[in-house]
Amino acid sequence: MLDDKDRIFTNMYGWESFSLKDAKKRGDWDKTADIIKKGREAIIEEMKASGLRGRGGAGFPTGLKWSFMPKESDGRPHYLVINADESEPGTCKDRDILRNEPHKLIEGALIAGFAMGAHAAYIYVRGEFYNESSSLWKAINEAYDSGLLGKNAAGSGWDFDVIVHRGAGAYICGEETALIESIEGKKGQPRNKPPFPAMAGLYSCPTTVNNVETIAVVPTIMRRGANWFAKLGRDEKNAGTKLFCISGHVENPCNVEEEMGIPLKELIEKHCGGVRGGWNNLLAVIPGGSSTPMLPKNVCDTIHMDFDSLREAGSGLGTAGVIVMDKSTDVIQAICRLSQFYMHESCGQCTPCREGTGWVWRMMKRMVQGNATVEEIDQLFEITKEIEGHTICALGDAAAWPVQGLIRHFRPEMEKRILEYRQNAA
Amino acid sequence: MKKPFDLNADYQPESFEFTKAYKKHAQELIDLYPKGRQQSAVMPLLDLAQRQVAQEGAKANPPYGGWIPRAAMDHIAEMLGMHKVKVYEVATFYSMYNTAPVGQYLVQLCTTTPCWLCGSDDIVKATKEHLGVGLGETTPDGKFTIMEVECLGACVNAPMVQINDDYYEDLTPENMKQVLSTLAEDMKPSVGSQTGRKASMSAAGPTTLKKEAKKAKVI
Repeated sequence: MLDDKDRIFTNMYGWESFSLKDAKKRGDWDKTADIIKKGREAIIEEMKASGLRGRGGAGFPTGLKWSFMPKESDGRPHYLVINADESEPGTCKDRDILRNEPHKLIEGALIAGFAMGAHAAYIYVRGEFYNESSSLWKAINEAYDSGLLGKNAAGSGWDFDVIVHRGAGAYICGEETALIESIEGKKGQPRNKPPFPAMAGLYSCPTTVNNVETIAVVPTIMRRGANWFAKLGRDEKNAGTKLFCISGHVENPCNVEEEMGIPLKELIEKHCGGVRGGWNNLLAVIPGGSSTPMLPKNVCDTIHMDFDSLREAGSGLGTAGVIVMDKSTDVIQAICRLSQFYMHESCGQCTPCREGTGWVWRMMKRMVQGNATVEEIDQLFEITKEIEGHTICALGDAAAWPVQGLIRHFRPEMEKRILEYRQNAA
Repeated sequence: MKKPFDLNADYQPESFEFTKAYKKHAQELIDLYPKGRQQSAVMPLLDLAQRQVAQEGAKANPPYGGWIPRAAMDHIAEMLGMHKVKVYEVATFYSMYNTAPVGQYLVQLCTTTPCWLCGSDDIVKATKEHLGVGLGETTPDGKFTIMEVECLGACVNAPMVQINDDYYEDLTPENMKQVLSTLAEDMKPSVGSQTGRKASMSAAGPTTLKKEAKKAKVI
C-alpha cells in the first residue's frame, strides 16, 4: 500500500478548500520559477526518467510525447490542450482534481506548457461538470491575481495563459483530435492522422493533448525528482501513483490514489471494504473504464493493476475506472448497456462505427433475452471485428472490446440464455 | 442520437437578443480565443443563450427551462461571422444544447452500466412515478422534464442524476423523491451526495491520510 508521504493528491476528497492559500500549504506553487529555470530539455528529460505514462487511457510515455513538439517555433504558436472531458463510464478521477486540487493542474500546465514552448493552455472540461469548471475558473483567476499566470508567470520569465473551454455532452470529444475540432467551434468529429497534433493541432498549430491527471502530477514529480516517482509502482514501465475509481458492487465505492501495479484484490479489499457478499461472490471486473474488456474472477484473483499486466491479460488499465460486478449481475445486460452507450456516442463519421454500433446493440438486446441462435454469437463477434481497426478513431475499438470480452469469458452464459429462451418458447 | 430540431415549429420565437449583461459576458468569452478564431466561442455562446432563456423561463408562468431557439442560433452566427448551418450543426451535435423547450428543471438520469449496477432502474422508476411522466416528457405544470442520459462521470457515487447544473449522488428512490419535492417548491436541495458522504471518499471513512483527516475533522 502506498505510504501517505508518497501521495500526490492530498486533498482529493476536498477536506480543505481548493483555494490558492490552502493549495500553497499543501506544497503547490512552491518555487515554480526554479523548476522552469532548469530549461525545456531538462524538464522533458526528467519526465522521461520518471517513467510517467499518460493517465487518460492510452498510456503513452509523457516525456516522449512532449519531445515531439518542434524545438523552435516556425512562427506558429504552440498550444497545450488539457483533456478534462472525462466521460468514460466508470471514471470520475479528473473531477476530483478539478474541484479539489485545481492548482496542481494549473501549475502543471505552466510547467508542461513551458516545456513544449506553449504560451497558452486550453483546458477542455466536459460540459456537465459545470460546478467543477467554475471552481477551476476561480482557481485560475486566483493564480492571475497572484502573478502565477499571465506575463512572467510565477516569476519564471515565461508568459502563460490558461483558458477553460466547456464541452457540451459528447463522449467523442475525449478523443484528442475531436477535442481540438470542438475547441475550434465545430462538431467533435475526429481527424485523420497524420498530421499528428504535434505538427498541426489546434488552429493548425503544434499542439500536445494531455490528460488532467498527467499534467497535475508534473509539479510533484519535478519537485521530488524522477527517481522518487520511478521507484514507486511495479517496474520502470509501470511507475508512480495512480488514481483509481472503484464503482459497482463493492461495499464502499470510492476514488483513491494508490501505487501503480497494486493487486486488484488488495485495492478492493483495503479501500472499498471488499466485494459485496465477499470475494467469492465476485463475477467479473471491468478494470479500466468501459472500453476495456472484462476480467473473470479467476483472473481478478491475482491480477495487478498496471498497463502491462492488464495488457497481458487481454485487457487494459485504460483510465483505471474499475467496475465491479458480483454474481447477482446479468453480465449480458451490463455489456448490452455499454453497447447502447457507444451507439449513442458514435459521432457518425465512419460507417463501420456508425452502423456497426447500432447493429451490435440490437443484437446484444436479443442476446439479453436469449432471442438468438448460437451461431449469432459468432456473427456478433465477427461484426465487432469488422468495426475494430476500421475507423478513424478508437471509439470503434472501444465499442468492440467489451462485447469481445463478454463472448471470450461468458459465452456459456450466452448459450444458456438462448437455450432457456427456446425452451420457454416451446 | 437524432435530436428534435424544427426550424419552423410554432414554439420558435421571432427573434432573440442577448440582454446587456449577457452581451457583455458574450464578448468576454469571444475574447478568450485568438483573433480571427472567434468561431471557437460558438459553444460558450450557445450555452449562454440557453442560460438566458432559462433565467427568463424561471420567472414565466408556466415556467420553462433553458433551450436554444433557432433565432438565438442565427444571432450567434451573425455575431461570430459563421454560416447559420455551422451553428445548427454544433447545436444539434452536442447533447447538452436543448433545441426544443424543456421544463424548468431538466432531470437527467444516468443509466449507464456503473449507475445501472447500483440501481438506477429504481431511480428512473421512482422519478416517473413521482412526477407522473415518462422519459422525454415534461410535467403539465412545466416544472420538470425527465430524460435518460449516458455516463455523467460520478460513478463511485452511483446512482446519480443531474438536474440543471447540479449533481445529486448516492441516490435511493426515497431521497430522489425528496430532491424532486424540494425543487417543486423552488427550494434548493443540498447538492452532491444525498447520504452526507464527502465527495468520492469511502462511505466508511477515509482509508488513507488519516492524520490529515483528523486535522480536517473528517474523522
